[in-house]
Amino acid sequence: MTLSAMEARKQKNKYIKTAFFFLPALLILGIFFVGPMLLTVLYSLTNISLTGAAAQAMEFVGFRNFVEVFKDPKLGTVLWNTFLFLFFSGIIGQQVLGFLVASLMKKKRPLFRKFVGFTIIFGWVTPEVVAAFMFGALFADNGTLNKILGLFGITPVSWVFTFPMTCVIIANIWKGSAYSMMMFQAALDNISDDVLEAARIDGASGPQILTRITLPMIKGTMATTFIVVTLSTLGAFGLIYAMTGGGPAIRTTTLSIYMYQKAFVAYQIGYGMAIALIILAIGVILSLVYVRLIRAND
Amino acid sequence: MRRSTVRRAIPYIILTAIAIAFLLPLAWLVVSSFNPGASTALVLPEKISAQNYREVLGNPKIQSGFRSSILISVTQTCIVLVVAFLAAYPLSRYNLKAAQKISMSMLFLTSIPITAVMVPVYQMFIQMHLVDSVPGTIVFLTASGLPYAIWMTKNFLDGVAVELEEAAWIDGASAIQGMLKVVMPLMMPGVFTVAMFTFVGSWGNFFVPFILLQSTGKLPASVNIYRFFGEHGAVAYGQLCAYSIIYMIPVFILYFFSQNYMSKGFVMTGASKG
Repeated sequence: MTLSAMEARKQKNKYIKTAFFFLPALLILGIFFVGPMLLTVLYSLTNISLTGAAAQAMEFVGFRNFVEVFKDPKLGTVLWNTFLFLFFSGIIGQQVLGFLVASLMKKKRPLFRKFVGFTIIFGWVTPEVVAAFMFGALFADNGTLNKILGLFGITPVSWVFTFPMTCVIIANIWKGSAYSMMMFQAALDNISDDVLEAARIDGASGPQILTRITLPMIKGTMATTFIVVTLSTLGAFGLIYAMTGGGPAIRTTTLSIYMYQKAFVAYQIGYGMAIALIILAIGVILSLVYVRLIRAND
Repeated sequence: MRRSTVRRAIPYIILTAIAIAFLLPLAWLVVSSFNPGASTALVLPEKISAQNYREVLGNPKIQSGFRSSILISVTQTCIVLVVAFLAAYPLSRYNLKAAQKISMSMLFLTSIPITAVMVPVYQMFIQMHLVDSVPGTIVFLTASGLPYAIWMTKNFLDGVAVELEEAAWIDGASAIQGMLKVVMPLMMPGVFTVAMFTFVGSWGNFFVPFILLQSTGKLPASVNIYRFFGEHGAVAYGQLCAYSIIYMIPVFILYFFSQNYMSKGFVMTGASKG
């Protein structure tokens, strides 16, 4: 046998082994993850419903579900809510707060770092339903926040009713800031002190160091964190649902909540699928960008 | 001199303020759990009592919630660990072009929001007669946890030198022996991190069991606690808090033991090299 033939056999052997080892994962992911993703596309083009005659005789209806979705007068509000929730809790809240905490924590005493880190990671460990209860109580009419404000003579405010979106956003910031904080901590630790010292000697001010050195050096991390945070915020369901149920009226109804209500409460499954497809499309696009970014960092 | 002391104190003050703000909702949970007459406000109980805990732990419905949570999350975590290790091994060890592509697909899947596939999954489960089936729910949770677990396991495996394994083979160990006796022990911190991320993910998950399970006896704590609150209304805050705290203990214990690995697990999502 020639050397190249042996190499080729070895290579083939590796492929067979890879396929064999990968088979269980492939089956589970194929059937229960990628399969449903593809089904979303298919189902969203049909008049499928969970029960009744339409469940048996599913018909192809083209883009009718999408036309209905886009004609829906509620859609504008839902999209706006989703945007507010994403922007303020994901981008402004978790990203900025995560960065602020990470940069302030740099070179602080280890025990202090640990303590502050712990309080923030707590949110990540807490199940979303429990977080919803905690913030429901904090913002309740007779809740802790009104009690504290009462000490300063401020009359109680019905927070969840008056500012429902703000309440949900704050709860989500609490729940999700740990991820950004840890990512930024790791990125900031990678910037060598020499660079910062050199800039300081050259007379750069604090803000200059931040905008000219620190931020450009961690922009890769900022981009990937941005995407991960956006996607996890887009998929947030339990926290909002257990806290407000999407209400009052539809004031905290985001795409995820709307999808649930259409598909599982109103039983308009095709309609729900169409919304799912919108979420999925945003997810797929952002994920592709994410993978590209990570490959570029490699 | 004095000004610099003030300046140095500012970060400490800001961070302490943030920490207190973050602890405030938690303080309510802990304090109220020991107060049988708790309300939504953070008030110190007249006397500290374990009555809420006794009532919660003695409630058969709540017990069944915990049993179900443990069954679902432990089984799911074990399956994820084994399947992810098998899948990650060739991705890390064999230098194949396809392996790189598969790794990137895994990374791609990690960021797809699970929420978006719940409607088709439910539809699929109806057709497969898997609605209200605990094994069905476990398999779906396995699928949702796998991409991240495979990606992390691969990164940890990359950190274990191939040379060590080759040395074992030369000494006469089989491929499987090499895996179990050489790679596994070195991988333990990694396995622990993957286990923790997987477990925390499924333990706290609300939407998946909320959609896929229906019988009260099968519901895990995440959905059970939500129902409990709905049934008992605004009266039983003390019990709700005690229930929440017991529900959180397992993830806490896990977090406590894997703190140092955790940040590593997080950072892996932002960089391909662990």
